[in-house]
Amino acid sequence: MLYRQAKTSILMIEILPNKCDFCGCCVGVCPEDAIELKEAEIRIIDERCTNCAKCVWSCPIEVIVFNKNGVEI
Amino acid sequence: MKKEYDIIVVGAGPAGSMAARFAAEQGISVLMLEKDRDVGYPVRCGEAVNKKGIEEFIESNEKWIAAKINKFSLNSPDGTEVVIEFQETGYILERRIFDYELAKTASNAGAEILTRAYVNGLLFENGKVSGVKYEFNGGQKEIRAKIVIAADGVESRVGRWAGLETHCDFRDMECCAQVTASNVKVNSDTCYFYFGKDFAPNGYFWIFPKGENIANIGLGVSGLTGKKKSASTFLNSFMESRYPNASILTKIAGGVPCSPTLKKISSPGIMLVGDAAHQVNPLSGGGITSGMIGGSIAGRIAGEAIKMNKLEHIFAYDKVWHDRIGKKHEIYNIIKNGIYNFTDEKFNNIAHSFNKVPRNKRTLGKLFTTALINNPSLLIDVAKVFVI
Repeated sequence: MLYRQAKTSILMIEILPNKCDFCGCCVGVCPEDAIELKEAEIRIIDERCTNCAKCVWSCPIEVIVFNKNGVEI
Repeated sequence: MKKEYDIIVVGAGPAGSMAARFAAEQGISVLMLEKDRDVGYPVRCGEAVNKKGIEEFIESNEKWIAAKINKFSLNSPDGTEVVIEFQETGYILERRIFDYELAKTASNAGAEILTRAYVNGLLFENGKVSGVKYEFNGGQKEIRAKIVIAADGVESRVGRWAGLETHCDFRDMECCAQVTASNVKVNSDTCYFYFGKDFAPNGYFWIFPKGENIANIGLGVSGLTGKKKSASTFLNSFMESRYPNASILTKIAGGVPCSPTLKKISSPGIMLVGDAAHQVNPLSGGGITSGMIGGSIAGRIAGEAIKMNKLEHIFAYDKVWHDRIGKKHEIYNIIKNGIYNFTDEKFNNIAHSFNKVPRNKRTLGKLFTTALINNPSLLIDVAKVFVI
Protein backbone atom coordinates (compact mmCIF):
# COMPACT_ATOMS: atom_id res chain seq x y z
CA MET A 1 0.00 0.00 0.00
CA LEU A 2 1.41 3.36 -0.98
CA TYR A 3 1.07 6.32 1.32
CA ARG A 4 1.99 9.89 0.62
CA GLN A 5 5.24 10.91 2.22
CA ALA A 6 4.90 13.49 4.96
CA LYS A 7 6.73 14.46 8.13
CA THR A 8 4.77 11.88 10.07
CA SER A 9 5.43 9.38 7.27
CA ILE A 10 1.73 8.92 6.59
CA LEU A 11 -0.49 11.56 5.09
CA MET A 12 -3.84 11.96 6.74
CA ILE A 13 -5.27 14.94 4.92
CA GLU A 14 -7.41 14.36 1.89
CA ILE A 15 -9.26 16.74 -0.41
CA LEU A 16 -12.44 14.99 -1.49
CA PRO A 17 -12.39 14.74 -5.26
CA ASN A 18 -15.05 16.61 -7.23
CA LYS A 19 -16.39 18.53 -4.23
CA CYS A 20 -13.90 21.40 -3.98
CA ASP A 21 -15.02 24.93 -4.87
CA PHE A 22 -11.42 26.19 -5.36
CA CYS A 23 -11.87 29.16 -3.00
CA GLY A 24 -8.32 29.14 -1.62
CA CYS A 25 -9.04 29.29 2.14
CA CYS A 26 -6.94 26.18 2.74
CA VAL A 27 -4.05 27.55 0.68
CA GLY A 28 -4.11 30.80 2.67
CA VAL A 29 -3.88 29.08 6.07
CA CYS A 30 -1.38 26.37 5.10
CA PRO A 31 1.86 27.14 6.97
CA GLU A 32 3.88 24.87 4.66
CA ASP A 33 2.72 26.12 1.24
CA ALA A 34 1.64 22.51 0.68
CA ILE A 35 -1.47 23.09 -1.41
CA GLU A 36 -1.46 23.99 -5.06
CA LEU A 37 -4.58 25.55 -6.53
CA LYS A 38 -5.24 26.30 -10.19
CA GLU A 39 -8.48 27.56 -11.73
CA ALA A 40 -10.33 24.30 -11.11
CA GLU A 41 -7.66 21.91 -9.91
CA ILE A 42 -6.34 21.40 -6.41
CA ARG A 43 -3.74 19.06 -4.91
CA ILE A 44 -1.74 18.57 -1.76
CA ILE A 45 2.01 18.70 -2.28
CA ASP A 46 2.79 15.43 -0.50
CA GLU A 47 6.38 16.14 0.57
CA ARG A 48 5.38 19.35 2.36
CA CYS A 49 2.19 18.40 4.23
CA THR A 50 2.66 17.92 7.99
CA ASN A 51 -0.92 16.84 8.76
CA CYS A 52 -1.50 19.97 10.85
CA ALA A 53 -5.20 20.00 9.82
CA LYS A 54 -5.52 23.79 9.60
CA CYS A 55 -6.89 23.37 6.08
CA VAL A 56 -9.49 20.92 7.38
CA TRP A 57 -10.74 23.45 9.95
CA SER A 58 -10.76 26.32 7.48
CA CYS A 59 -12.63 24.69 4.63
CA PRO A 60 -16.00 26.48 4.43
CA ILE A 61 -17.68 23.51 2.75
CA GLU A 62 -16.05 20.53 4.50
CA VAL A 63 -14.36 18.99 1.51
CA ILE A 64 -10.99 18.51 3.22
CA VAL A 65 -10.99 15.62 5.67
CA PHE A 66 -8.64 14.22 8.26
CA ASN A 67 -8.30 10.46 8.11
CA LYS A 68 -6.29 9.15 11.04
CA ASN A 69 -5.71 5.82 9.35
CA GLY A 70 -3.84 7.51 6.52
CA VAL A 71 -4.76 8.28 2.98
CA GLU A 72 -3.98 6.00 0.10
CA ILE A 73 -2.84 7.34 -3.23
CA MET B 1 3.68 40.09 -25.89
CA LYS B 2 7.11 41.31 -24.99
CA LYS B 3 9.99 39.14 -23.78
CA GLU B 4 10.44 41.29 -20.71
CA TYR B 5 8.28 43.79 -18.84
CA ASP B 6 9.04 46.52 -16.36
CA ILE B 7 6.26 45.22 -14.11
CA ILE B 8 4.31 41.97 -13.92
CA VAL B 9 1.15 41.89 -11.83
CA VAL B 10 -0.08 38.47 -10.69
CA GLY B 11 -3.86 38.42 -10.31
CA ALA B 12 -6.51 40.62 -11.92
CA GLY B 13 -8.81 41.43 -9.01
CA PRO B 14 -9.42 45.04 -7.94
CA ALA B 15 -5.99 45.37 -6.25
CA GLY B 16 -4.11 43.88 -9.21
CA SER B 17 -5.97 46.01 -11.74
CA MET B 18 -5.25 49.20 -9.81
CA ALA B 19 -1.58 48.30 -9.46
CA ALA B 20 -1.38 47.62 -13.21
CA ARG B 21 -3.21 50.83 -14.07
CA PHE B 22 -1.25 53.18 -11.80
CA ALA B 23 2.02 51.70 -13.02
CA ALA B 24 1.04 51.74 -16.72
CA GLU B 25 -0.15 55.35 -16.47
CA GLN B 26 3.49 56.31 -16.03
CA GLY B 27 4.34 55.03 -19.49
CA ILE B 28 6.15 51.86 -18.49
CA SER B 29 5.46 48.31 -19.70
CA VAL B 30 3.06 46.28 -17.56
CA LEU B 31 1.69 42.75 -17.93
CA MET B 32 -1.10 41.42 -15.70
CA LEU B 33 -1.56 37.64 -15.47
CA GLU B 34 -4.82 36.04 -14.30
CA LYS B 35 -5.15 32.32 -13.59
CA ASP B 36 -8.87 32.07 -14.29
CA ARG B 37 -10.45 32.30 -17.72
CA ASP B 38 -12.51 35.37 -16.78
CA VAL B 39 -11.61 38.56 -14.97
CA GLY B 40 -14.24 39.10 -12.25
CA TYR B 41 -15.58 35.57 -12.08
CA PRO B 42 -16.24 33.60 -9.91
CA VAL B 43 -17.38 36.17 -7.35
CA ARG B 44 -16.25 35.27 -3.83
CA CYS B 45 -17.41 38.38 -1.99
CA GLY B 46 -20.26 40.10 -0.16
CA GLU B 47 -19.93 42.93 -2.72
CA ALA B 48 -20.66 45.86 -0.36
CA VAL B 49 -18.61 49.04 -0.74
CA ASN B 50 -18.68 52.69 0.16
CA LYS B 51 -19.53 54.94 -2.80
CA LYS B 52 -16.93 57.54 -1.90
CA GLY B 53 -14.17 54.97 -1.61
CA ILE B 54 -14.90 53.56 -5.04
CA GLU B 55 -15.24 56.93 -6.73
CA GLU B 56 -11.63 57.71 -5.93
CA PHE B 57 -10.87 55.20 -8.69
CA ILE B 58 -13.79 54.86 -11.05
CA GLU B 59 -16.85 56.90 -11.91
CA SER B 60 -20.07 55.28 -10.67
CA ASN B 61 -21.88 53.37 -13.36
CA GLU B 62 -25.32 51.79 -13.09
CA LYS B 63 -24.12 48.68 -14.90
CA TRP B 64 -22.12 47.47 -11.90
CA ILE B 65 -24.36 48.84 -9.13
CA ALA B 66 -26.85 46.20 -8.01
CA ALA B 67 -28.30 48.27 -5.15
CA LYS B 68 -27.80 51.58 -3.36
CA ILE B 69 -27.68 51.36 0.43
CA ASN B 70 -28.49 53.95 3.07
CA LYS B 71 -29.50 51.78 6.03
CA PHE B 72 -27.90 49.11 8.17
CA SER B 73 -30.09 46.66 10.03
CA LEU B 74 -28.04 45.04 12.78
CA ASN B 75 -29.71 42.07 14.43
CA SER B 76 -28.78 40.71 17.83
CA PRO B 77 -29.17 37.04 18.77
CA ASP B 78 -32.56 37.57 20.53
CA GLY B 79 -33.99 39.16 17.37
CA THR B 80 -33.66 42.81 18.44
CA GLU B 81 -33.17 44.93 15.35
CA VAL B 82 -31.05 48.07 15.43
CA VAL B 83 -31.48 50.31 12.39
CA ILE B 84 -28.90 52.92 11.47
CA GLU B 85 -29.53 55.32 8.62
CA PHE B 86 -26.71 57.24 7.08
CA GLN B 87 -26.14 59.98 4.56
CA GLU B 88 -23.24 58.40 2.77
CA THR B 89 -24.36 55.97 0.12
CA GLY B 90 -23.12 52.43 -0.04
CA TYR B 91 -23.24 50.19 -3.08
CA ILE B 92 -23.80 46.52 -3.53
CA LEU B 93 -21.75 45.73 -6.58
CA GLU B 94 -22.12 43.35 -9.48
CA ARG B 95 -18.54 42.32 -9.09
CA ARG B 96 -18.35 40.23 -12.19
CA ILE B 97 -18.92 43.46 -14.14
CA PHE B 98 -17.07 45.75 -11.74
CA ASP B 99 -13.81 43.77 -11.79
CA TYR B 100 -13.98 43.56 -15.55
CA GLU B 101 -14.43 47.34 -15.83
CA LEU B 102 -11.48 47.92 -13.50
CA ALA B 103 -9.30 45.64 -15.64
CA LYS B 104 -10.39 47.68 -18.65
CA THR B 105 -9.10 50.87 -16.99
CA ALA B 106 -5.73 49.12 -16.56
CA SER B 107 -5.78 48.05 -20.18
CA ASN B 108 -6.74 51.57 -21.31
CA ALA B 109 -3.74 52.89 -19.40
CA GLY B 110 -1.53 50.59 -21.48
CA ALA B 111 -1.28 47.41 -19.41
CA GLU B 112 -1.42 44.06 -21.23
CA ILE B 113 -3.64 41.35 -19.72
CA LEU B 114 -3.37 37.60 -20.14
CA THR B 115 -5.99 35.24 -18.68
CA ARG B 116 -5.64 31.49 -18.04
CA ALA B 117 -2.02 32.14 -17.15
CA TYR B 118 -1.24 30.30 -13.93
CA VAL B 119 1.86 31.62 -12.16
CA ASN B 120 3.64 28.73 -10.40
CA GLY B 121 7.04 30.10 -9.50
CA LEU B 122 9.38 33.08 -9.45
CA LEU B 123 12.64 33.83 -11.21
CA PHE B 124 15.52 35.19 -9.13
CA GLU B 125 18.70 37.00 -9.97
CA ASN B 126 21.28 37.93 -7.31
CA GLY B 127 18.71 37.37 -4.58
CA LYS B 128 16.15 39.65 -6.20
CA VAL B 129 12.88 38.59 -7.82
CA SER B 130 13.39 39.00 -11.56
CA GLY B 131 10.28 37.50 -13.15
CA VAL B 132 7.71 34.71 -13.01
CA LYS B 133 7.26 31.15 -14.22
CA TYR B 134 3.81 30.37 -15.49
CA GLU B 135 1.69 27.76 -17.16
CA PHE B 136 -0.16 28.83 -20.27
CA ASN B 137 -1.86 26.85 -22.99
CA GLY B 138 -0.44 23.56 -21.70
CA GLY B 139 3.16 24.77 -21.66
CA GLN B 140 5.55 25.99 -18.98
CA LYS B 141 6.87 29.50 -19.68
CA GLU B 142 9.02 32.19 -18.10
CA ILE B 143 8.95 35.94 -18.37
CA ARG B 144 11.26 38.49 -16.86
CA ALA B 145 10.29 41.70 -15.05
CA LYS B 146 12.05 44.32 -13.00
CA ILE B 147 9.27 44.26 -10.38
CA VAL B 148 6.61 41.64 -9.66
CA ILE B 149 3.43 42.80 -7.90
CA ALA B 150 1.68 39.88 -6.20
CA ALA B 151 -2.10 40.35 -6.16
CA ASP B 152 -2.84 36.64 -5.92
CA GLY B 153 -5.52 36.97 -3.28
CA VAL B 154 -6.20 34.88 -0.20
CA GLU B 155 -3.79 32.14 -1.32
CA SER B 156 -0.86 34.57 -1.28
CA ARG B 157 1.70 32.06 -2.51
CA VAL B 158 3.73 34.39 -4.74
CA GLY B 159 4.94 36.38 -1.72
CA ARG B 160 5.95 33.17 0.07
CA TRP B 161 8.10 32.12 -2.85
CA ALA B 162 9.95 35.43 -2.40
CA GLY B 163 10.56 34.57 1.26
CA LEU B 164 7.86 36.74 2.82
CA GLU B 165 5.68 35.42 5.63
CA THR B 166 2.23 35.51 4.09
CA HIS B 167 0.18 32.65 5.47
CA CYS B 168 -2.85 33.58 7.52
CA ASP B 169 -3.37 32.18 11.02
CA PHE B 170 -6.41 29.92 10.74
CA ARG B 171 -8.08 31.82 13.59
CA ASP B 172 -7.90 35.03 11.53
CA MET B 173 -9.20 33.41 8.36
CA GLU B 174 -12.88 34.18 7.88
CA CYS B 175 -14.18 31.15 6.05
CA CYS B 176 -17.21 32.13 4.02
CA ALA B 177 -20.13 30.45 2.31
CA GLN B 178 -22.57 32.49 0.30
CA VAL B 179 -25.45 32.29 -2.13
CA THR B 180 -27.15 34.68 -4.49
CA ALA B 181 -30.80 33.93 -3.87
CA SER B 182 -33.96 35.18 -5.51
CA ASN B 183 -37.48 35.09 -4.13
CA VAL B 184 -36.27 36.55 -0.84
CA LYS B 185 -37.99 39.53 0.78
CA VAL B 186 -35.49 42.31 1.46
CA ASN B 187 -35.52 46.09 1.33
CA SER B 188 -33.26 47.04 -1.52
CA ASP B 189 -31.76 49.98 0.42
CA THR B 190 -30.76 48.03 3.54
CA CYS B 191 -27.79 45.84 4.45
CA TYR B 192 -28.73 43.28 7.09
CA PHE B 193 -26.25 41.85 9.60
CA TYR B 194 -26.85 39.08 12.12
CA PHE B 195 -24.64 38.37 15.11
CA GLY B 196 -24.35 35.61 17.67
CA LYS B 197 -23.47 31.98 18.08
CA ASP B 198 -26.44 30.61 16.14
CA PHE B 199 -25.72 32.77 13.09
CA ALA B 200 -21.97 33.10 12.79
CA PRO B 201 -19.75 32.76 15.88
CA ASN B 202 -16.52 34.81 15.55
CA GLY B 203 -17.90 36.44 12.46
CA TYR B 204 -21.16 37.75 11.07
CA PHE B 205 -23.99 36.76 8.82
CA TRP B 206 -24.97 39.12 6.01
CA ILE B 207 -27.90 39.73 3.69
CA PHE B 208 -27.02 42.32 1.08
CA PRO B 209 -29.78 43.18 -1.42
CA LYS B 210 -29.03 43.07 -5.12
CA GLY B 211 -32.37 44.50 -6.20
CA GLU B 212 -35.98 43.63 -5.46
CA ASN B 213 -36.36 40.15 -3.98
CA ILE B 214 -32.78 39.15 -4.70
CA ALA B 215 -29.84 39.18 -2.34
CA ASN B 216 -26.30 38.11 -1.67
CA ILE B 217 -26.63 36.04 1.53
CA GLY B 218 -23.70 34.58 3.37
CA LEU B 219 -21.50 34.43 6.39
CA GLY B 220 -17.96 34.22 7.54
CA VAL B 221 -16.73 32.28 10.53
CA SER B 222 -13.22 32.00 11.91
CA GLY B 223 -11.26 28.82 11.20
CA LEU B 224 -11.56 28.25 14.95
CA THR B 225 -15.35 27.95 14.58
CA GLY B 226 -14.88 25.91 11.42
CA LYS B 227 -13.16 23.26 13.54
CA LYS B 228 -16.58 22.39 14.96
CA LYS B 229 -19.06 23.62 12.37
CA SER B 230 -18.46 24.83 8.85
CA ALA B 231 -19.73 28.01 7.20
CA SER B 232 -21.86 26.05 4.74
CA THR B 233 -23.65 24.22 7.57
CA PHE B 234 -24.58 27.57 9.15
CA LEU B 235 -25.74 28.88 5.78
CA ASN B 236 -27.83 25.84 4.92
CA SER B 237 -29.71 25.89 8.22
CA PHE B 238 -30.35 29.65 7.91
CA MET B 239 -31.69 29.31 4.37
CA GLU B 240 -33.91 26.36 5.29
CA SER B 241 -35.47 28.10 8.26
CA ARG B 242 -35.63 31.66 6.88
CA TYR B 243 -36.04 31.32 3.12
CA PRO B 244 -37.31 27.82 2.33
CA ASN B 245 -38.74 29.03 -0.99
CA ALA B 246 -35.69 30.87 -2.24
CA SER B 247 -34.12 29.96 -5.55
CA ILE B 248 -30.36 29.71 -5.35
CA LEU B 249 -28.71 31.31 -8.37
CA THR B 250 -25.11 30.91 -7.25
CA LYS B 251 -23.49 29.15 -4.33
CA ILE B 252 -19.87 29.64 -3.55
CA ALA B 253 -17.19 29.43 -0.87
CA GLY B 254 -14.51 31.99 -0.08
CA GLY B 255 -11.89 33.08 2.41
CA VAL B 256 -10.95 36.48 3.83
CA PRO B 257 -7.69 37.00 5.76
CA CYS B 258 -8.96 39.21 8.64
CA SER B 259 -5.69 40.15 10.29
CA PRO B 260 -3.71 43.37 10.24
CA THR B 261 -1.53 43.90 7.16
CA LEU B 262 1.48 41.59 6.87
CA LYS B 263 4.62 42.89 8.61
CA LYS B 264 6.50 43.13 5.33
CA ILE B 265 4.78 43.77 1.99
CA SER B 266 7.81 44.49 -0.16
CA SER B 267 11.11 42.74 -0.72
CA PRO B 268 13.74 43.04 -3.48
CA GLY B 269 11.84 42.95 -6.78
CA ILE B 270 8.42 42.19 -5.28
CA MET B 271 5.43 44.00 -3.73
CA LEU B 272 2.24 42.52 -2.27
CA VAL B 273 -1.20 44.10 -2.66
CA GLY B 274 -4.82 43.38 -1.68
CA ASP B 275 -5.79 40.16 0.11
CA ALA B 276 -2.31 38.77 -0.65
CA ALA B 277 -0.91 41.50 1.66
CA HIS B 278 -3.81 41.10 4.14
CA GLN B 279 -4.98 44.63 3.32
CA VAL B 280 -8.55 43.72 4.24
CA ASN B 281 -10.30 45.70 6.96
CA PRO B 282 -10.07 43.02 9.67
CA LEU B 283 -13.24 44.19 11.44
CA SER B 284 -15.63 44.25 8.48
CA GLY B 285 -13.82 41.83 6.20
CA GLY B 286 -14.23 44.43 3.44
CA GLY B 287 -11.29 44.45 1.11
CA ILE B 288 -12.35 45.97 -2.21
CA THR B 289 -11.62 49.64 -1.53
CA SER B 290 -8.62 49.01 0.69
CA GLY B 291 -7.21 46.57 -1.88
CA MET B 292 -7.66 49.21 -4.58
CA ILE B 293 -5.87 51.76 -2.43
CA GLY B 294 -3.03 49.28 -1.77
CA GLY B 295 -2.83 48.46 -5.47
CA SER B 296 -2.78 52.10 -6.50
CA ILE B 297 -0.02 52.97 -4.03
CA ALA B 298 2.07 49.97 -5.08
CA GLY B 299 1.54 50.66 -8.79
CA ARG B 300 2.50 54.30 -8.42
CA ILE B 301 5.63 53.57 -6.37
CA ALA B 302 6.68 50.71 -8.67
CA GLY B 303 6.33 53.02 -11.67
CA GLU B 304 8.40 55.70 -9.96
CA ALA B 305 11.08 53.13 -9.10
CA ILE B 306 11.34 52.06 -12.75
CA LYS B 307 11.46 55.62 -14.02
CA MET B 308 14.11 56.64 -11.50
CA ASN B 309 15.97 53.38 -12.22
CA LYS B 310 16.15 52.93 -8.47
CA LEU B 311 14.43 49.66 -7.59
CA GLU B 312 15.01 50.00 -3.86
CA HIS B 313 12.45 52.83 -3.98
CA ILE B 314 9.73 50.14 -3.73
CA PHE B 315 10.52 49.66 -0.04
CA ALA B 316 8.85 53.04 0.58
CA TYR B 317 5.53 51.26 -0.10
CA ASP B 318 5.28 49.63 3.36
CA LYS B 319 5.29 52.97 5.15
CA VAL B 320 3.01 54.81 2.73
CA TRP B 321 0.44 52.01 3.09
CA HIS B 322 0.81 51.88 6.87
CA ASP B 323 0.35 55.62 7.27
CA ARG B 324 -2.71 55.77 5.04
CA ILE B 325 -4.59 52.56 6.00
CA GLY B 326 -2.43 49.99 7.77
CA LYS B 327 -2.41 51.71 11.15
CA LYS B 328 -6.21 52.04 11.12
CA HIS B 329 -6.51 48.34 10.42
CA GLU B 330 -4.40 47.60 13.48
CA ILE B 331 -7.00 49.39 15.59
CA TYR B 332 -9.89 47.67 13.81
CA ASN B 333 -8.21 44.36 14.51
CA ILE B 334 -8.15 45.04 18.26
CA ILE B 335 -11.83 45.96 18.14
CA LYS B 336 -12.56 42.80 16.16
CA ASN B 337 -10.83 40.64 18.72
CA GLY B 338 -12.94 42.29 21.44
CA ILE B 339 -16.24 41.96 19.60
CA TYR B 340 -15.67 38.42 18.41
CA ASN B 341 -15.50 37.25 21.99
CA PHE B 342 -18.85 38.83 22.86
CA THR B 343 -21.47 36.47 24.24
CA ASP B 344 -24.99 36.48 22.83
CA GLU B 345 -26.10 38.21 26.02
CA LYS B 346 -23.67 41.04 25.41
CA PHE B 347 -24.87 41.54 21.83
CA ASN B 348 -28.45 41.65 23.15
CA ASN B 349 -27.58 44.19 25.86
CA ILE B 350 -25.88 46.47 23.35
CA ALA B 351 -28.88 46.28 21.00
CA HIS B 352 -31.30 47.07 23.83
CA SER B 353 -29.27 50.08 25.07
CA PHE B 354 -28.69 51.38 21.57
CA ASN B 355 -32.36 51.29 20.67
CA LYS B 356 -32.94 53.93 23.38
CA VAL B 357 -30.88 56.37 21.30
CA PRO B 358 -33.19 58.53 19.13
CA ARG B 359 -33.26 57.31 15.55
CA ASN B 360 -31.80 60.48 14.06
CA LYS B 361 -28.85 60.30 16.44
CA ARG B 362 -27.91 56.73 15.62
CA THR B 363 -24.54 56.39 13.97
CA LEU B 364 -21.96 53.63 13.84
CA GLY B 365 -19.80 55.73 16.15
CA LYS B 366 -22.62 55.96 18.68
CA LEU B 367 -23.13 52.21 18.41
CA PHE B 368 -19.48 51.67 19.18
CA THR B 369 -19.74 53.93 22.23
CA THR B 370 -22.71 51.88 23.38
CA ALA B 371 -20.67 48.73 22.91
CA LEU B 372 -17.91 50.25 25.03
CA ILE B 373 -20.30 51.14 27.86
CA ASN B 374 -21.52 47.54 27.88
CA ASN B 375 -18.03 46.21 27.69
CA PRO B 376 -15.51 48.59 29.27
CA SER B 377 -12.61 46.18 28.83
CA LEU B 378 -12.87 46.77 25.09
CA LEU B 379 -11.95 50.38 25.76
CA ILE B 380 -8.76 49.24 27.46
CA ASP B 381 -7.92 47.05 24.47
CA VAL B 382 -8.43 49.98 22.13
CA ALA B 383 -6.46 52.35 24.35
CA LYS B 384 -3.52 49.94 24.28
CA VAL B 385 -3.17 50.55 20.55
CA PHE B 386 -2.47 54.19 21.15
CA VAL B 387 -0.18 53.70 24.12
CA ILE B 388 2.07 50.94 22.79
